[in-house]
Amino acid sequence: MNEEINNKKIYVERFDAYTRILHVMVVVSFLSLALTGMIIKFSGVGVFQYLSDLMGGYEVTGFIHRFAAIITFLYFFLHSSYLIKKARTREGGFFSLLKGENSLVPNKRDFIEFVQTMKWFLGMGPRPQYGRWTYWEKFDYFAVFWGIMVIGSSGLILWFPEFFTMLGIPGWFINVATIIHSDEALLAVGFIFTIHFFNTHFRPDKFPMDKVIFTGSVELDEFKEDRPREYEVLVKENKLDEKFVNAPNKTLLRAAGIFGFTALTIGLIIVVLIIYSMIFLYQ
Amino acid sequence: MLLIKRLFTLFVCFLSFSNILFAQNENETCFECHGDRTLTGEINNKEVSVWVNEKVFSNSIHSDLECISCHADIDPEDLPHAEELAKVECQTCHDDAFDHYESSLHGMALAKGKKLAPTCMTCHGKHDILSSKNEKAKTYVTNIPELCGSCHKDGTPVSQLNTVSQNHILSNYTQSIHGDGLFRRGLIVTAVCTSCHSSHDILPHENPNSTINRNNIAKTCRQCHTQIEKVHLKVINGELWEKRPHEIPVCIDCHQPHVVRRVFYEESFSNEKCMKCHSNPNLSKSVNGEKISLFVDLNEHQNSAHANNTCIKCHTNISNARNPVCLNSGKVDCSICHAENVSDYNVSEHGILHAANDINAPYCTDCHGKHDVKRKDDITSSTFRRNIPELCGECHKDGHVAAIRYKGTQTSIVENYKMSIHGKGLLESGLMVTATCVDCHTSHKELPKDNPESSINKDNIAQTCANCHLGIYEEFKKSVHSPLVTITDKKLPVCNDCHLSHTIERTDLNDFRQQILNQCGKCHEEITSTYFDTFHGKVSKLGSSKTAKCYDCHGAHNILPPTNPESKLSRENIVETCKTCHPNSNRKFVGYLSHATHHDSDKYPYLYYTFWFMTILLVSTFTFFGLHTLLWLPRGLAEKRKKRKESEAKKENGNE
Repeated sequence: MNEEINNKKIYVERFDAYTRILHVMVVVSFLSLALTGMIIKFSGVGVFQYLSDLMGGYEVTGFIHRFAAIITFLYFFLHSSYLIKKARTREGGFFSLLKGENSLVPNKRDFIEFVQTMKWFLGMGPRPQYGRWTYWEKFDYFAVFWGIMVIGSSGLILWFPEFFTMLGIPGWFINVATIIHSDEALLAVGFIFTIHFFNTHFRPDKFPMDKVIFTGSVELDEFKEDRPREYEVLVKENKLDEKFVNAPNKTLLRAAGIFGFTALTIGLIIVVLIIYSMIFLYQ
Repeated sequence: MLLIKRLFTLFVCFLSFSNILFAQNENETCFECHGDRTLTGEINNKEVSVWVNEKVFSNSIHSDLECISCHADIDPEDLPHAEELAKVECQTCHDDAFDHYESSLHGMALAKGKKLAPTCMTCHGKHDILSSKNEKAKTYVTNIPELCGSCHKDGTPVSQLNTVSQNHILSNYTQSIHGDGLFRRGLIVTAVCTSCHSSHDILPHENPNSTINRNNIAKTCRQCHTQIEKVHLKVINGELWEKRPHEIPVCIDCHQPHVVRRVFYEESFSNEKCMKCHSNPNLSKSVNGEKISLFVDLNEHQNSAHANNTCIKCHTNISNARNPVCLNSGKVDCSICHAENVSDYNVSEHGILHAANDINAPYCTDCHGKHDVKRKDDITSSTFRRNIPELCGECHKDGHVAAIRYKGTQTSIVENYKMSIHGKGLLESGLMVTATCVDCHTSHKELPKDNPESSINKDNIAQTCANCHLGIYEEFKKSVHSPLVTITDKKLPVCNDCHLSHTIERTDLNDFRQQILNQCGKCHEEITSTYFDTFHGKVSKLGSSKTAKCYDCHGAHNILPPTNPESKLSRENIVETCKTCHPNSNRKFVGYLSHATHHDSDKYPYLYYTFWFMTILLVSTFTFFGLHTLLWLPRGLAEKRKKRKESEAKKENGNE
């Protein structure tokens, strides 16, 4: 009975295949970087030494870290070319990416929605009428953007210190780059594995997990409720029908579940180990 | 008495010399007849020439004397004198020499009327007598062997008398070190027959007054070989010469007379005499009720390092006054020959304990064995290098006597040693040059490390290791860790502070390279901890042995302050030093702060402020979003509850 109803449910596309694949790349590389990075950051802590041995020693973890960095640079490049392509094909060119309902660039409405959200949290108002991107999602997006640039560039200095010093960077800057790389990574890892996990997956209305980033589509009722303004805009512009897609097949759902839960579990374990290390063992 | 005698002699001689002028005349009178070559006389019914060669006489040492000084029974007023004169009495002047001669073998033989017995004239001549300082004299030092040899060489009537136990005396002497010195090197200070046997006082060696008696021979030899104790320091314990001379083997026990070379000879007191009793397996004695076997396995001894030593060379304290001669001869004193080793032993911990009658203390024989003592290069010897750990282990293994006594920090000494690089080298790789117990602790002078004399004392340990690791020691001596370079009250490290003693490891392997906290970190605590804040240190903690450790940059034994141009970290050398691992190292690259800490704002302001900027960024971001989440959670839960209620209400309505 339920299945039949489910089958009749209407699904709305939220992420295209390109974006979803990129996110899988992000997840895989980020987890690898986080784990192998924390192993060296907390190399004095027994459990990370154990993990290092388990993975085959510092040479293996070092290789994984650099390999994952290459994946990171790759998806950064792929996403940038995606943006460029969009900017070219769309009317208004590059600037069209900075404005409008679908833009990830923060604007005045995000500030208003933030204030409304605070009121909603405190029971002083209704849930805000969120659009395609909420302000915390925009923050997530730019955090990654900023993070890749900061961690990536400092990481390259650490990867090729002889080359960069030959270009004229002073030796002590390698030390500075170490601190930046390490602490910015701690920020990124800590943020993703706690704040992002909660905001996206563990928040009560999505708990335990929101699979939309892997399946790409969301059921119409949920969509209406979660992104009321986006729904309104689509209805108003008569574009809702264009967004209708087939229900995600079972294999995809199951794969998304397994992959997602694995990633969440690894992330949570890492964050627990970090907190444990920072509180009890790390000076 | 002697003094009066001497004075008298002088007086007589004075009288003779005072008549020199007169003598010339008197002698002329004698030569009137005796200068005739054809003059003969009848003595003992035999016609003999009584010619005196005036020329020879005038060259003799007695040329200044008048004939009648010696031929005292001639009255110059009553010539010609009787044909048979009394024998010349040399003792008129040479009474000392004559007294000795009279009591000597030669003199006694003469008194007994032996035909072969030499008189003064046999050696000194008659009218041709020359000073023994005259090279032409028969008694001149280089002519002595020939002079004595005229009777004592092989084939002479004297040599056939069998009263002299030595054979080939002259030919042996000629080839001996003394004869060699005399004849081939022309050393007139070399010992000749008379140097040992004396000139006139020749006595058999059994005679206690003889210069060659066992008790006197050392004194005799020391006429030339003064300070012989010093020469024999390595062989004979110095104080024995003074205190217990009877325990010292006499010169000729080792250096055979007449054939003295640098060789030792078979003893006169033969082993057979000892073995008559000691070959009996049941021979024993009783000490404090304990039965001690006195059996000696001669085979064992013959295969030992002392095979060529006769029994009495070690068991010196034998005496004819006792029966048997060896009764209560006491413990063998190895210092008779091995003086240096024994004096080392006496001050060692082993020796001190032994002197204090500790029953567990090892004596010479406990390590070296008794009659079966073997050379340390004999593979079957207990003191062969490879067997040393087990030998020492007999007492020093855990649970054994020495280990129980020991109160220090070392445990499982022998086991640890076997696992160490030295032990593996010795026992697994079979390297006989590897250090064993005795190389560090010495063989005989083992002392606890607190003793300043000890080879393993902090101040001596570098020199001890330098016995093998000389090159390293030379580097170390010039390094900042050397007390010759750094004058400080603080403790400077020595070899075993980094390398450990019994558990010493290969320095290129992981185990050693992971120990820097226990090596450099023991003293340089702070700088080591900051090393672990940087990449090298962090990777090291993950078990990387490849990553640079302290000594890869600073040097190990040749460590110098970076201000020293010789230092691996000096401005001149640092780029090259980093190149060992970083082939593209350059001037800017070496500016990397390998001991940086972000906790020191004065020393590393860039790092300090970067760190705090990043920390503030982290703290503020997490604070903001942490609060955001904390507020969201109750609201989200409330909404969910509300929704569930609504849907339940809907269902109920629908059902109705």
